Amino acid sequence: MKALRASRMERCIGCHSCSLACARLVHKVLSWNKAGIRIASAGGLSTGFEARVCLACSPAPCAQACPTGAMAPRRDGGVMHKENLCIRCGKCAEACPVEAIFLDHEVNPYVCIHCGRCVAFCPHDCLELVDLPAKGGEAADD
Amino acid sequence: MIREFFRVMVVNLTTGKTNIVEIGGRSEFLGGCGLAALLFRKYGRVDADWDHPDQPLILTIGPLTGYYPLMSKTCCAFRSPYHNQYAESYAGGKSALSLRFADLDGLVVVGRAERLTALCVGSRRVETRDVEYMRGFDALQTGRVLRKIFPGSGRRSILRIGPAGENRSAFACINVDTYRHFGRLGGGTVMGAKNLKGICILGDRGFPLPEGKAYPKLYQHIFEQLTTTEMMAKYHGVGTAVNISPLNKLKSLPWKNLQQTSSPEADKISGETFADDTLLRNAACAGCPVGCIHVGFVREQFQANNQYLYRQVGYDYEPIFSCGGMLEVTDPGQVLRILDVIEKVGLDNMSAGVALAWCTEALDKGVITEAETLVRFNWGDADTYMKGVEFLGTPPNDFYRLLAQGTMKCARQYGGEDFACVLGQEMAGYATGEVFFVSEALGFRHAHLDAGGYSWDQKHEEREVEPALDFLVNDGRDRIVLNSMVGCLFSRGVYKDEELAAALDALGYGELNGKLQDIGQRIQCARWRLRLDMGYDPDKVKIPKRYTEITTWKGPLDVDYLDALRRGYAARIKAMGTDPRGEIDPAQYERKGK
Repeated sequence: MKALRASRMERCIGCHSCSLACARLVHKVLSWNKAGIRIASAGGLSTGFEARVCLACSPAPCAQACPTGAMAPRRDGGVMHKENLCIRCGKCAEACPVEAIFLDHEVNPYVCIHCGRCVAFCPHDCLELVDLPAKGGEAADD
Repeated sequence: MIREFFRVMVVNLTTGKTNIVEIGGRSEFLGGCGLAALLFRKYGRVDADWDHPDQPLILTIGPLTGYYPLMSKTCCAFRSPYHNQYAESYAGGKSALSLRFADLDGLVVVGRAERLTALCVGSRRVETRDVEYMRGFDALQTGRVLRKIFPGSGRRSILRIGPAGENRSAFACINVDTYRHFGRLGGGTVMGAKNLKGICILGDRGFPLPEGKAYPKLYQHIFEQLTTTEMMAKYHGVGTAVNISPLNKLKSLPWKNLQQTSSPEADKISGETFADDTLLRNAACAGCPVGCIHVGFVREQFQANNQYLYRQVGYDYEPIFSCGGMLEVTDPGQVLRILDVIEKVGLDNMSAGVALAWCTEALDKGVITEAETLVRFNWGDADTYMKGVEFLGTPPNDFYRLLAQGTMKCARQYGGEDFACVLGQEMAGYATGEVFFVSEALGFRHAHLDAGGYSWDQKHEEREVEPALDFLVNDGRDRIVLNSMVGCLFSRGVYKDEELAAALDALGYGELNGKLQDIGQRIQCARWRLRLDMGYDPDKVKIPKRYTEITTWKGPLDVDYLDALRRGYAARIKAMGTDPRGEIDPAQYERKGK
């Protein structure tokens, strides 16, 4: 099972192409917020950039905090968001230790699904898809 | 598309009231510089000076902003303190995408706040804060404080001024998100006159995209052209500073207040030298994968016993020309130190460098003395030039107060007009020849970006007037179309007519296809009409003697050719400025009751 890693953020130029790609290709919106990965400067452009992206925790605090099972844990880490189960309480975002979940003004959560579609849009190769260690001894089969 | 009409926020700093206004005219003005001209006709005053509280500060984006790579610029329009006429300046950073995601095609600020104020706007927010305590804060410190006041890292843009804008230096810039600027013609001064220290734009909305595969496919195609071909390699690699060496070889690099057009010392401040010795990293405007912003690094020992500080300073070709070559400062680190002070004070770096170059020659010639300049400027002496920059931002005497209004205004009083390197405003870095000099001296923005006159000079040895003028007008119009979208001019090799048509079509603006040339012409005429109405007379433009004394790769400058171009271009400008296509009746585009 794969996970997206922002492994080389020291190369980031702050173009937001990754966020725009996620919003465009995964969520079908024009946005730099409604995306599983978002870029912020660490305190003005002179301090470089950081990526706010799901670290594929296992167990995932957001899934544990979700009262309805909308944040469903993936087998090897991370979550899938099931929109039809979501009551938009925002508990998932509160629980995330790295601010990886964005809530829009209607409290819809946006979280990385580790599909890797943003990777090709990074001009400096900051992002990569890596294999997560398989849990429970089963082979990764995503 | 999000909507057919323009959605504009109008903030009145005098009354504290804000309105959302819906305005038609997309198929006549597109957006960007076209929309800005329409908005100035609606909110601006031809019969009042630049600093009248009624005069608007206008920010606009275009139909393609945020939807495609490099559609990442914002047009800023205002009545300029420099010449008291209509002016435009462009910047990127995160400003364009922030406006898009704030759901604003335009932001218009009118009125004047009683005390120093910061404004924050977003899709669900408008707020002003008293920031009188920030009076005199430099632009970097101002940015740091505004970031704390208006949280939203990564999805906001912060525009602000330094002391130069507060003190009404006529070439104060608006700093945008660190390293980017609405640089020329005094946008920062307009903010200062409004008691507006900063504007935070929160880009906090998203929009549905067109259904189907056409749009993402086209995006991918354009993205690949920009990132996998050699087309943008120049901007990404060495950056615009790469121009130093070829212009020096062509004897087209203004040097030492244009006493020379080349120097054996130029290699020391070439783009390659800057990259090798100072380049820390690249950065990008939001929505642009090219990353043309080059950030240099300079380390300074400030105390004994190994106590150092470091500065990160953006550089490009133009600042190296103005604060390197023009001042004969040939150490990249020293150039960066001057630029760092300019960044903090909040001045346009081209204007500041060129003004100080004139000062140095005027001192050498005895036209002015240290009684005026307070310090002795010497070619190559960066520390004194840094002091001079501070004087331009916070003038300590009448001389600097006048110099900060423009080098030529100062030269008219003190002497030295012949060697004031002013082409409408302090020159840009191209001593390429007659076509560029006329293009900048008479051009709409008095910028090297109005049209590619510098390029024409480098490619054409023949001295024909009409083809050169045709080029200036037509290339200017093409740039106006891109400036209405609003795309970065570096992308003009990608966004040809066909690509623009496809890009518009994929978003539902297909009806604009085939009309872009006409629309460009209308906007071109409308902009010129605004300037003529505010007193611009292109026949009265003088090109200083210094420009007739230089030698380029083509040999000595041809004064007759220069004059023929000047007269011909003035006639073309007047024709465009009186063309009925440029008449705008804002009432025609109101959407009352809708």
